Amino acid sequence: MTKEYKTIIEISGPLIFLEKTEPVGYGELVHINLPDGTSKRGQVLDTSADIVAVQVFEGTGGLNEEAGVVFTGETIKLPVSKDMLGRILSGSGEPLDGGPRIVPEQRVDVNGASMNPYSRKPPEDFIQTGISTIDGTNTLVRGQKLPIFSGSGLPHNEIALQIARQSKVPGSTEDFAVVFAAMGITNEEAQYFMEDFEKTGALERAVVFLNLADDPAVERIITPRMALTAAEYLAYEHNMHVLVILTDITNYCEALRQMGAAREEVPGRRGYPGYMYTDLASLYERAGVIKGRKGSVTQFSILTMPGDDITHPIPDLSGYITEGQIVVSRELHRKGVYPPINVLPSLSRLMNSGIGDGKTRDDHKAVSDQMYAAYAEGRDLRGLVAIVGKEALSERDQRILEFADLFEDRFVRQGRDEDRSIEGTLDVAWEILSELPESLLTRVDNKYIEKYHPAHKSN
Amino acid sequence: MKGEIYRVAGPVVTIQGIKPKMYDVVHVGHEGLMGEVIRIKGDKATVQVYEDTSGIKPGEPVVNTGMSLSVELGPGLLESIYDGIQRPLKVLQEKMGDFIDRGVTANGLDRDKVWEFKPIVSSGDDLKAGEIIGVVQETENIEHKIMVPPNVSGKVSEIKSGKFKVDETICILTNGTELAMMQKWPVRLPRPVNKKFIPKRPLITGQRILDGLFPVAKGGTAAIPGPFGSGKTVTQQQLAKWSDTDIVVYIGCGERGNEMADVLNEFPELQDPKTGRPLMERTVLIANTSNMPVAAREASVYTGITIAEYYRDMGYDVSLMADSSSRWAEAMREISSRLEEMPGEEGYPAYLSARLSEFYERSGAVSSLSGEEGSITVIGAVSPPGGDFSEPVTQNTLRIVKVFWALDAKLAQRRHFPSINWLTSYSLYTQGLSEWFAENVAPDWVPLRDNAMDMLQQESELQEIVQLVGSDALPENQQLILEICRMIREYFLQQNAFHPVDTYCPFDKQYKLLKAISKYSEMAQAALESGIPMKDILSLESKDELAKVKFEEDFDSALDVVLTKMDKEFAALGGN
Ligand SMILES: Nc1ncnc2c1ncn2[C@@H]1O[C@H](COP(=O)(O)OP(=O)(O)OP(=O)(O)O)[C@@H](O)[C@H]1O
Ligand SMILES: [Mg+2]
Repeated sequence: MTKEYKTIIEISGPLIFLEKTEPVGYGELVHINLPDGTSKRGQVLDTSADIVAVQVFEGTGGLNEEAGVVFTGETIKLPVSKDMLGRILSGSGEPLDGGPRIVPEQRVDVNGASMNPYSRKPPEDFIQTGISTIDGTNTLVRGQKLPIFSGSGLPHNEIALQIARQSKVPGSTEDFAVVFAAMGITNEEAQYFMEDFEKTGALERAVVFLNLADDPAVERIITPRMALTAAEYLAYEHNMHVLVILTDITNYCEALRQMGAAREEVPGRRGYPGYMYTDLASLYERAGVIKGRKGSVTQFSILTMPGDDITHPIPDLSGYITEGQIVVSRELHRKGVYPPINVLPSLSRLMNSGIGDGKTRDDHKAVSDQMYAAYAEGRDLRGLVAIVGKEALSERDQRILEFADLFEDRFVRQGRDEDRSIEGTLDVAWEILSELPESLLTRVDNKYIEKYHPAHKSN
Repeated sequence: MKGEIYRVAGPVVTIQGIKPKMYDVVHVGHEGLMGEVIRIKGDKATVQVYEDTSGIKPGEPVVNTGMSLSVELGPGLLESIYDGIQRPLKVLQEKMGDFIDRGVTANGLDRDKVWEFKPIVSSGDDLKAGEIIGVVQETENIEHKIMVPPNVSGKVSEIKSGKFKVDETICILTNGTELAMMQKWPVRLPRPVNKKFIPKRPLITGQRILDGLFPVAKGGTAAIPGPFGSGKTVTQQQLAKWSDTDIVVYIGCGERGNEMADVLNEFPELQDPKTGRPLMERTVLIANTSNMPVAAREASVYTGITIAEYYRDMGYDVSLMADSSSRWAEAMREISSRLEEMPGEEGYPAYLSARLSEFYERSGAVSSLSGEEGSITVIGAVSPPGGDFSEPVTQNTLRIVKVFWALDAKLAQRRHFPSINWLTSYSLYTQGLSEWFAENVAPDWVPLRDNAMDMLQQESELQEIVQLVGSDALPENQQLILEICRMIREYFLQQNAFHPVDTYCPFDKQYKLLKAISKYSEMAQAALESGIPMKDILSLESKDELAKVKFEEDFDSALDVVLTKMDKEFAALGGN
């Protein structure tokens, strides 16, 4: 099995081609030994009786025909153990923190098998992030995949960290963990995360995989798979509730595009591979809850939209797979609003299963819908006011216009360490809604108005 | 003859050493992974494999079944959840646990379950192809008709009665053919029918904007394209829940696992408004989610439509939802590119358009071989990249289907649901169904609806002016039109799928609601003409109260209260 082949006939981008091998399995892990004694790893992409194509994770720099290639006979596996908690690993799973190698309890295929839809339990446990624009209007639940769609230079890292710090399921004391995978982010950004993890003690409950900007791009293709494998292991073997943060999905997709180009594939939209939807799905769909098991995998990934364009293939395909998105807005950021989350294009599809009586509060849905409707209208009116002036607006429209400002100022804006309870969030919502005439609250059942509207509550 | 694997590249495997026919099902590798021959060239054949091919090596054995990809048809389909190649997910879970492993086969129909078969033919009877020979009570409300397969006929020599398993012989023909309750049918071949009709009856969905403005006929086709998060799945699920069909086939094609889990969770709890029985009892689910193998995703649509045709042949009205046909098209594209075929538009294979139309052509209102009349309504979700409807899948679909429900991200963003754009959507059945509506809803339904559409059209023109000068600059009668249209949009068109009452709106209620808005509109116009200030007309309490009647459990009396108040309020305004 340890036979070494020196039959490389072509090297092209991150790929090498070999001939005259014994039968080699598709997807097999490959070791490539360089003449200088170092070694690289790769994976079989195409295998036939005549020729084998291998993609090299650490890149093909320094490789030539002299290199020896060993096929390991197995697919890529991650050694997993509960001792991974508190560890910092490379993008391909090697320790980076000077600690010992992980003594595996199991070795698991990083590609992960697909979860049988029949085994899934619909996610419904409300996670309180302490951020009103999420809890109040785009509620996250355990087992959901809800990415942040951001842009370069926006405070998505801060938001992600605030969420990682504050997230809890009210009333629950179950075990939780964070799996953090950096893909192609800068060393400085990585430091920012690590410092926060250390400062807050979160590192003890975290597994960190780092593939930084100067690490090989190809490695990025396995980094998230390693991270999700670790997450699934902790969730389903050790009953933990795992929050997975993958950042930055955009860098991952760039790596995918680079690989596709190297393989001379027919490119899809804007040069990204035609199978990018399926490939991304193989990551995002690894979130969930399984019937009869205690743990869960929740994904809160970060994606920077090239040119802030939500129709760009990366956010577009992601949005088609994930269960909503939290959109960070440059406009709100410029206005000095933190967290600059624009709720209008944001969405949590699982919100309805996580809110309401017995979960958050009976009026939650109605309040959220009402704020959306009024805020959306208010923002449209801003455009109009710019043209015709405020005076040209009807009385009704003026009130709605004012609501939009209140919404951004009181509901959206909050402190970087401000951890609002869900009641707190809904109370702020009622405070600002009560500034509107009651006849405009068409989305709210009268019974909630009587129960929660400040004007009625008090008497 | 023993075959072997020559090459493995993802889901596409090249084999040699055997001579299969096109679309033969083969088992490849030591684990016997299931695949289908999709190209033959020289001594080699290309196979799309329905399972993950990791670790599979050249030289591993290949066995040809000699059969095309087929589904098993018979009692037990209802209430099932299958993957794209009709493996019951429940059985897969029992065999391999919570994660889908490979190399496991599972029968589409349970071989152990016993059904009570009641024959309706006797020995000596001549049986035509497709004829009904007996019935099985499959669920409380669905009588499963056992039919002679479409390619078999003959004289009955023996017919049995009583309890049988699906593969046991229940009928023997004089030519020696033995029939069981179960039959197999190749998925890529439409089941033959006697005749197709022009669809004349609407599919009543309980969704106001669909039934009211853009109805689809039973046996018709509709597409619902829209960007992510605009409401394709919710609309499809609403249709699956509330449509007045007998059978629902719901295909989750390359979409989310949680959405299927949701259906599985919810459908057994919800009642069919027609029969009061759990919705699951009329439903077949096919779930080949985005992370399941693409080749099986490609097949899932065929598996679904074949099952739909089978129930149609029994004389049932079937509706089939495919969410999302774009993922199916992408599966075709992925396989095609692995085959290194010449790509067409945006990398899709040149046969994309042909495949789409062949699929939608399998819909229709028909007289089946058994002589029964049944129908298949096909509703496909389309997921255009970037929400851009000019892309090939949307465009090719729109060339075929008769109803276009255009989802609009702007509406979704302001939580106007269903976010179907009333200006760009259309139904080519509206005309043909008018007669039915006049007879079965109300004689004035059609003018009422046309008037509402007309107003909405006017609104969009007025909005353009408002964008420039503000609404206060409009004459009062036009301001009133804007207000009426806001009522039509918010009170009538908006419908919250998650509201316990409003999720389903019977036609009668739809009619009364629109009629009430129209009543306000007429009275308001009259009042305005008689010189009553606009401000007073707009501030009537009954107008705002009308917004909420749709949420009332007892709609009729709530509406009565509001309408009576409206009369009083207008009377109090004076005027004429
Ligand atoms: N009729 C409706 N009533 C209430 N909410 C709705 C309705 N339709 C859609 N929604 C809301 O919009 C969200 C997104 O809808 P849906 O999941 O159907 O989108 P989609 O078009 O299928 O998106 P994707 O292409 O990503 O699958 C839902 O989670 C729900 O919150
Ligand atoms: Mg959907």
